[in-house]
Amino acid sequence: MNSTRKAVLAAAVSTVALAASAQAETIKMAFIDPLSGAMASSGEPAYQSFVLAAEHVNAEGGVNGDMIEIVGYDNKISPKESLVQLQKAIDSGARYILQGNGSSVASAIIDAVNKHNARNPGEEVLFFNYAAVTPAFTNEVCSFWHFRFDAHTDMKMNAITDWIAARDDIKKVYLIGQDYVHGEAVAAAAETQLAEKRPDIEIVGNELHPLAKVKDFTPYVQKIISSDADAVITGNWGQDMTLLVKAAADSGQQIPYLTFYGGSSGAVAALREGAIDTLYQVGEVSVNMDGTSPEQDAMVEEYKERFPDYDYYYHRAFVALDMFAAAAEKAGSVEPIAVANALEGLSVDGGYGTATMRAEDHQVQQPLYITTVSSDVTYPVDNTDLGWKLVEGGIISADAAMEPTTCSMERPE
Amino acid sequence: METLVFALLNGVIYGLLLFMLSSGLTLIFSMMGVLNFAHASFYMLGAYFAYTVMGISNFWIALILAPILVGGIGMVVERYGLRQVHARGHVAELLFTFGLAYLIDEVVKIIWGRTAVDYQVPAALDFPLFTLYGAQYPAYRIFILVVAIFMLVALWYLLKKTRAGLIIQAALSHPHMVGHLGHNVPAIFMAVFGAGCALAALAGVIGGNYFITDPAMAVQMGPIVFVVVVVGGLGSLEGAFIAAMLIGLLQTSAISINASLADIFGFLGLSPDSEVGEITIASMGPMLPFLLLVVVLMVRPRGLMGDREV
Repeated sequence: MNSTRKAVLAAAVSTVALAASAQAETIKMAFIDPLSGAMASSGEPAYQSFVLAAEHVNAEGGVNGDMIEIVGYDNKISPKESLVQLQKAIDSGARYILQGNGSSVASAIIDAVNKHNARNPGEEVLFFNYAAVTPAFTNEVCSFWHFRFDAHTDMKMNAITDWIAARDDIKKVYLIGQDYVHGEAVAAAAETQLAEKRPDIEIVGNELHPLAKVKDFTPYVQKIISSDADAVITGNWGQDMTLLVKAAADSGQQIPYLTFYGGSSGAVAALREGAIDTLYQVGEVSVNMDGTSPEQDAMVEEYKERFPDYDYYYHRAFVALDMFAAAAEKAGSVEPIAVANALEGLSVDGGYGTATMRAEDHQVQQPLYITTVSSDVTYPVDNTDLGWKLVEGGIISADAAMEPTTCSMERPE
Repeated sequence: METLVFALLNGVIYGLLLFMLSSGLTLIFSMMGVLNFAHASFYMLGAYFAYTVMGISNFWIALILAPILVGGIGMVVERYGLRQVHARGHVAELLFTFGLAYLIDEVVKIIWGRTAVDYQVPAALDFPLFTLYGAQYPAYRIFILVVAIFMLVALWYLLKKTRAGLIIQAALSHPHMVGHLGHNVPAIFMAVFGAGCALAALAGVIGGNYFITDPAMAVQMGPIVFVVVVVGGLGSLEGAFIAAMLIGLLQTSAISINASLADIFGFLGLSPDSEVGEITIASMGPMLPFLLLVVVLMVRPRGLMGDREV
């Protein structure tokens, strides 16, 4: 190719680029989570939630006129695979990373994002963590580049232990969880908080099982039954949640299961009527509560219509994108550092209360709800006629759910 | 006591399922001298076929039809795939089954999707059969037990008491001699391969809805099946049976043991607070089959009942 032709070509390319920049740009957000295999039942509905949330933001004029595009990357729940996908995402121009399923994965991503941002000034990426709840992420290893839109383990456990403390009939508690950093954190939080609030309660079992590998929980459930436990606390999610309660139902066990993720799709379907007053979950969503706004109800209905296999569950995906849009508008930019600064201390009104991003540790503060399964609901789940209903006194205000932080993060100047 | 009863019951059921899966593999190995890497994929196909057949008819038809369909696919694979590759030696065969496993995986993902399908236990069997020490025991588990024992007896009768079994056994060890006697050895090979795949599919039909039917089930089951075959002794059905029961019992009973390594090796000075000491037996459950594999290969490379070296 001779030099004149090269120059013509270069001119043509730059004209095209100029023309494109005048139009609305797309803000690429990379969703890195399991989209195949055993844990896809957790990854898929989250992906769909982000897609729907993005559509709503775009429909209202986008973010400063730019449109959000969510691109899914399947990490097969492996931290190693996630880093490959993360690099792919960054190479394709994504400056925002969405991930949540698995604290082991989140931990790897935080680390990789920190390194990437240190090495590539001007090309920073932000990590929006919507579900990895290990407390350390907003304490010991907190990072300016990481924002968590879900309440962490200690916050959720506080809600659970408060509920147990008020129940005098519970004397023995069994802890079962997945054998990795999340399961360990749940067990540790339960042990310390129960010892504080109800020293008379005996912890009759503290079991960790392999993550996403157990096909048959019957031996575990039989162990729980023979331990005479009055309640079970579990941080299980995905297939491990569904199969655990399925085994419990098959064994005819009728004690409260206090869970972080009882809303994992399939859990209620596995228990059917047996889930009433036995399956509890704590989270930021309570679709059947009185006094929700018509817009929020419409969103729940739209979600079900669009994705009939799943139910409205990942409310925090909507909160995350709403906060992102608000922050970008406040900053007048979609550049990660500007957005990150604008996110700090920002509040948005969500369908289930106000969410505020705490500036010190980037941990969202929002009300939590304890819900249980009931047949008297407007929005059932799992294509049954059962759904999640708020328990009495099950509202934990954002202030009550708040936990102190030890975070002291380094900020870019 | 109750721990023991539950561990025995669950262990026997799991062990029988494992045997159902590995019996076909070990038969195929002794016949062709090649480990079929795609074997667990036929198990997965069985579960998915049963799910689809159940959708248009009912479970009982699926129970019969799915293994037959998968057995048919197995025969086609042997006739038009393995037999052609056979001339190029064992490595080519091994690579062929390896590639086949991936192919089946991908095909399953394309047809049935990447997530688990809702393959349910039939309503007629979805009830608690009896209550044992306060825990209900689902009827479907006993159904698995009955089907597995029925299969075990049928297989034993076929191989040991019938003329067809006699010819199969002879063809396994002395194929040329059997061929000279006028039997169609390639046809026997094809039939055995098909039957082996059908057995794996049967395990998929009755195991898929009790556990979970997703595209990862073949990958997760594959290693365990190889452990069973190698520990039992390559090519030995009796060995595979003993190894399957051993692994089934080991894995399920490990879960019910609360002791940690420190409780067992405490007399050697292992502290309960140390990294190693705090490991519980229960958390070691998934590792035990592979530990068994390594130990057996070290002390008895033939496997428990095998007659040739691995």
